[in-house]
Amino acid sequence: MPATDPAVRPRNRTVHKRLWVRFAAALVLAVAAIFPLLWMLSGSFRKPDEVFDPSLVPAHPTLHNFSYVLTQVAFPRYLLNSLIVAVVVTVVALFFHSMAAYALARLRFPGRDTLFVMIFSTLLITFPVILVPLFLIVHTLGILDSYAGIIIPSIFNAFGIFLLRQFYLSLPKELEEAAIVDGCGYWRVYWRVVVPLSRPVFAALAVLFFLANWNAFLWPMVVTTNTDLSLVQVGIAAFQQQHAADWNYSLAASTISALPTLALFVIFQRRIVESIKTSGFK
Amino acid sequence: MTDLAVSERAASEPRAARGGRRLSRRSRERIAAGLFLAPDVLGLALFVGLPMVVCIVLGFFQVDGFGGYTFIGLDNYRRMFADPLFLGSLKTTLLYLVVLIPGLFVVSLALALLIRQRFPLVGLFRGAFFAPNVISLVVIGLIWKFMLTDQTGFMVRLLGFFHIPSPSWLGSPHIALWVVVAVTIWFAMGYYMLIFLAGLQDIPREYYEVATIDGAGVWQQFRHITWPLLKPTSFFILLTSTVSMFTGGIDLLYVMTSGGPANSTSLIIYYIYEQAFVYGEYGYASAIGAFVVAILLVWSIGLFTLTRGGRFNDARD
Repeated sequence: MPATDPAVRPRNRTVHKRLWVRFAAALVLAVAAIFPLLWMLSGSFRKPDEVFDPSLVPAHPTLHNFSYVLTQVAFPRYLLNSLIVAVVVTVVALFFHSMAAYALARLRFPGRDTLFVMIFSTLLITFPVILVPLFLIVHTLGILDSYAGIIIPSIFNAFGIFLLRQFYLSLPKELEEAAIVDGCGYWRVYWRVVVPLSRPVFAALAVLFFLANWNAFLWPMVVTTNTDLSLVQVGIAAFQQQHAADWNYSLAASTISALPTLALFVIFQRRIVESIKTSGFK
Repeated sequence: MTDLAVSERAASEPRAARGGRRLSRRSRERIAAGLFLAPDVLGLALFVGLPMVVCIVLGFFQVDGFGGYTFIGLDNYRRMFADPLFLGSLKTTLLYLVVLIPGLFVVSLALALLIRQRFPLVGLFRGAFFAPNVISLVVIGLIWKFMLTDQTGFMVRLLGFFHIPSPSWLGSPHIALWVVVAVTIWFAMGYYMLIFLAGLQDIPREYYEVATIDGAGVWQQFRHITWPLLKPTSFFILLTSTVSMFTGGIDLLYVMTSGGPANSTSLIIYYIYEQAFVYGEYGYASAIGAFVVAILLVWSIGLFTLTRGGRFNDARD
């Protein structure tokens, strides 16, 4: 019996049995939950005439689909675009949000609480609702069809500010106060003390921001018409529309776009889970 | 801005002379706060606040192409309530939410309850339930479109194996919406499961131990310990899931159904997108957008009032 975990402290056989029922149920459900992802993975290795075969393991696995989408379609370009956009947005957003959060958590100035409530309330305004006016504003600014047009509006969101503020409120004040007494200006306190202390929460937020921008579709599609600027999700959707029957290629492209996100998730699982948990308000 | 510059000078002078330290420190702190906050506050104002205002204002205009804006008063709103496609998508959206929100709630809570205790591989299971959430909705949509392909798709084969005839999953107006609901639950359940797990962890273990000693069964423990203590989390999830499900999911619809068949999956948010970017009706689309925000505001305020800000500290419990 493997139930030696001290957190469980099974007292008798019924507890053991219940745990095994839970284990079995969780196992079945977990397999069902990831099955569609496995089916995508398996489909991306199939030959065109075997793509609908009802077996999970392809009869004649091939890498042709991957080499096709990476050489015959502008897919590497889309991947590069997504990488640029996701990295730039993530870095700039972390920088801006942590500055704002530091000010909101630590510095005293009139109207601080009002400002925080205002920033927090922008969470109710979700992206799709303001899609149309945002498009017109970006058009007025003259940055349609450019990296700037994709990137700049994607930077600002109150979620990151909120999470970082929570984190800064939980930090002990002593280090910063010592630095101030030593004659450090607020910028140096922020840069030398606060930023280094933020590493764990930065890591978690960086992953979340990167995922969100790597997976973004609606805004990048609306704001660009030049296919050289297509991000990976836009490219995949367009490819599938034009080659509706070529599932083997679409699935290979999907797999390529999903693998980095799954890898990030596996590596940073604990951090991601923690930051999502703290986003539920307490 | 000039105000800031002046006070900065005023602040920097006493910094050198150590005498006026308290005053200088306070004004320096304010200036620093202003500078730290400036990028994000300006960005949020320009790319979130302003669009919201523009959305409301544009609702009173007719916009043709990119040049002409004509003020037409409430015409867009009159048009909305005479537009059978809009009314249809409003009905579809309500139906969708009425099934999706409770469904998502129950599934996420059930998963959280299932894996709250530690047992072998529990971390792996948690990861598996959450995994769909890290994949883009475009890819999610494609995977399901592939699995639900008529006649040759995986789902048809699977049901065929049990001699169950498959309908046309995405081709039948009576079924497509429920397919979208199911896929959305599958996609989002891991996220809300994690938030429920956080809520469950805050419930002291001793409560359950005492209840077990007193002979309370699983259902009684859920009814009298878990459910009441989980109310703030439940409130948070009801609020946020409604907002994000009401306004999200365009990607999925775009890829899986394009709002069809026969407009059966044309949710309001998809209809807005279509009006603006397919038909160029920016004014009309904005009016519908403003209407959606109004509904969400009423829902949020209503939920807050009903539950006393999520604390539920009323006489009923």
